[in-house]
Amino acid sequence: MANSTAAPADASHDGNRRDFLFLATGAGLAVGVGAVAWPFVSSMAPDAEVIAAGAPIEVDLSPIQDGQIVNVFWRGKLIFVRKLTAKEVGDMRAVPLPEMIDPAAFGTRVKDGHDQWLVVYGNCTHLGCVPIGHQGNFEGWACPCHGSQFDAVGRVRHGPAPINLPIPPYAFQSDTKIRIGEPAGGKGEA
Amino acid sequence: MSGTASTYVPKSRVAKWFESRLPIVGLVHSSFIAYPVPRNLNYFWTFGAILAAFLGIQIITGVWLAMHYEPSATGAFTSVEKIMRDVNYGWLLRYAHANGASMFFVAVYVHMFRALYYGSYKAPREVLYILGVVIYLLMMATAFLGYTLPWGQMSFWGATVITNILAAIPVVGDTIQSLLWGGYSVGNPTVNRFFSLHYLLPWMIAGVVVLHVWALHVTGQNNPAGIPIKSGKDAVPFTPYATVKDAFATIVFMILFSWFLFFMPNYLGHADNYIQANPAVTPAHIVPEWYFLPFYAILRAVPSKLGGVILMFSAVIILAFAPWLDTSRIRSCNYRPIYRQFMWVFLGVALVLGWLGSQPPEGGYVLAAQVCTAYYFAHFLIVMPLCGLFETPKPLPGSILESVTGPGKQVSGAGMPAGVAAAPQVKG
Amino acid sequence: MAMTRVLSTTLAAAVAALLLGAPARAEDAHGGPIPPRVHWSFAGMFGRFDTAQLQRGFQVYKEVCSNCHSMKLVSFRNLAQEGGPDFSASQVKALAATYQVKDGPNDSGDMFERPGRPADAFPAPFPNDQAAAAANGGKAPPDFSVIAKARTFSRGNLTFLYDWLPFVGYSEQGPDYIHGLLNGYRDAPKDFQMPEGGYYNLYYPGHIIAMPPPLSDGQVTYAKDDKGQPVAPETVDQYGKDVSAFLMWAAEPHMMDRKALGFRVILFLIILSGLLYYVKKKIWADVGGEVHGLQPELHKTW
Repeated sequence: MANSTAAPADASHDGNRRDFLFLATGAGLAVGVGAVAWPFVSSMAPDAEVIAAGAPIEVDLSPIQDGQIVNVFWRGKLIFVRKLTAKEVGDMRAVPLPEMIDPAAFGTRVKDGHDQWLVVYGNCTHLGCVPIGHQGNFEGWACPCHGSQFDAVGRVRHGPAPINLPIPPYAFQSDTKIRIGEPAGGKGEA
Repeated sequence: MSGTASTYVPKSRVAKWFESRLPIVGLVHSSFIAYPVPRNLNYFWTFGAILAAFLGIQIITGVWLAMHYEPSATGAFTSVEKIMRDVNYGWLLRYAHANGASMFFVAVYVHMFRALYYGSYKAPREVLYILGVVIYLLMMATAFLGYTLPWGQMSFWGATVITNILAAIPVVGDTIQSLLWGGYSVGNPTVNRFFSLHYLLPWMIAGVVVLHVWALHVTGQNNPAGIPIKSGKDAVPFTPYATVKDAFATIVFMILFSWFLFFMPNYLGHADNYIQANPAVTPAHIVPEWYFLPFYAILRAVPSKLGGVILMFSAVIILAFAPWLDTSRIRSCNYRPIYRQFMWVFLGVALVLGWLGSQPPEGGYVLAAQVCTAYYFAHFLIVMPLCGLFETPKPLPGSILESVTGPGKQVSGAGMPAGVAAAPQVKG
Repeated sequence: MAMTRVLSTTLAAAVAALLLGAPARAEDAHGGPIPPRVHWSFAGMFGRFDTAQLQRGFQVYKEVCSNCHSMKLVSFRNLAQEGGPDFSASQVKALAATYQVKDGPNDSGDMFERPGRPADAFPAPFPNDQAAAAANGGKAPPDFSVIAKARTFSRGNLTFLYDWLPFVGYSEQGPDYIHGLLNGYRDAPKDFQMPEGGYYNLYYPGHIIAMPPPLSDGQVTYAKDDKGQPVAPETVDQYGKDVSAFLMWAAEPHMMDRKALGFRVILFLIILSGLLYYVKKKIWADVGGEVHGLQPELHKTW
């Protein structure tokens, strides 16, 4: 950066000032580039309509039979709503934690006081395929893609899926009605 | 480009006027006419021209398809079928584009094998070679984006699986995934932006191809003997000798392409992709297009998701390090008796990996994929460095001319004019 | 010598992989009996659709399949297309008019029904997928527009190596599967757990199909020839063949154009490559002929 034509006596002082000038200009340009790039990147994020369509949904539980699995969609993602039979509830409570790949107690999979109801995302945690209900060796789901198996409360019991089927944000409005999802602006993914 | 190889002398006054302002005719002349080509090139070296032809075919058919295609979750599948049924020669354009992609990969794999077998990655061609790896990566991205566009079941679930792979990247994975989706899952915004990117990337490929050819013309071509051009007798001018050979090979390759296009148009595709995308149903078997199968097998070989993703990307990236992993001074496998064997085994392993990628990930297949994956990496990380250290190469011929005639013999006819061959900067 | 060694190593690796893979195959649910191979008139390089068969197949589709299965991407006008069932324009017009098609809105803003025109697509039996699913035990019957290309089956591990080759190749999995499926209804084996509303089918993946056997012998009455006999046997096997051929046409209406053009293109390319080969030889003769680096006898010298 030093310029040999500058007056030698003044060199360091002038150099500092010039360095600052260059740095400030460089920083300004960088800020400018970033500011220009931002709208482009941001425009690729989910748009307002998509976010609005991702508002919470309400599901009426009264028509669901014991053992039945109902598919609902929230934010384009498949969600299983399953009414567990009394036997399944018992079996699932009885599974010892060390047997699981991603140990989770029964109580963490359902809401307190609503032991019969399971609400989980319906995509395999391996690579997102849809597991098939009432298949496999664990009273739950088996994934046709890569062979993962889940039990009746969506816990992975056989790989390659690394974790249990995640539970979307949901709350009981009444004993026969749940609200799946949370308002936009909250944390996007559960 | 080196310039000195140019023997273009504008004759007319208009040509002189133009050349002194934009010497593009001289540039083309030096690159594709007077450019000295080693006289011993075999048919492996025609695949560059074949690839150029396919880039052209893909771009042209793609631009025409885009005139009829509708990039939306509701319209994509129907618009592709409309192209197949109602557009004049629409079936030809679409099948040419779909099978052209496969043929593009056939040609690029031959081209890559040639580079590895004849040591075309070694000094001074490292940049040329790495630009090739960049083109291959861009091709993979383009092919993946393009396969999403018909919006069949494989399109949709392929896109879902691959974008879920990206989510495995620590910290920024989720953000990247959301920016690619434009929503909370693969859907309408996704197919729309994939179309845009699918249209964009080929032009980037074309740009890198220009750099690739530029780098080639700085260093000169490698050849089956792996030794540089030393005199005019080692070389022939690109036109007509390489031009006519490339043209012949390209036309022969087009016969293969036409066979698939006209008689087996769906052979290389997947039946499930004729079922419209349905987020609630997964196909029994999610399989990528054949050209991704070896990498798919590597992805599934490890039980950990992040580990699989890292291995899969490493399998491509490691190619770029070949110039520094190979310790041998000899380029061509023709003079490397040990490494040559390993090269063929490597090819076999890559093919087996491809086949394993198409099989369900159960039992013996997983084990076999693990063994093959280990060998794939061992080839680069162990075989390449060690072979160069311990192998005794066969003696190299004195010159390219000698390699084709035997020592002390002559061929009739002249090669390049004297001095011309010295143009490309050849080193060691 | 070196080549043989290399090849045998590669081969050994491949065989080892196959053997390793073998145990997994037995439990591979996607395997199963392979549908019998039908001799299709449209198979192979010079294959052509049999117009009479396509017309019969359309009759089967219209009288049986179309009660549940839509064919949304095919229009009445396609039936008059060259290289297809080749109905006359007036036949198609008359046929279209027998259907009621929803149109609108009219000037007062209401949707209305009108007789079909050749330009209309085949009306679907159900207004939407949900209605179709509700009326068919929870699963919508698939659309038939491209079904012959959307169905396939595995023929075993390594058939892909030769299935694409001329003359020995095979690409008629779709129609073979449809024909096999229609003829594949059997009584379930004793120990087979059959859920309610399921039927056992030999060729359906997993063997449990929700569709009841759709065809029975004599169900569709074919036209009679001069002797008063049906033009083709009125059997499930024949119905299956005819409707599969029809569906192949529906999925690939330009197949005959494609094969005809392909033959010419390949012939042209072969001639052109022959010419180019000799041009190349002649040009390279100027520099002492073409020589390249794949000559093993030269490698021995060094």
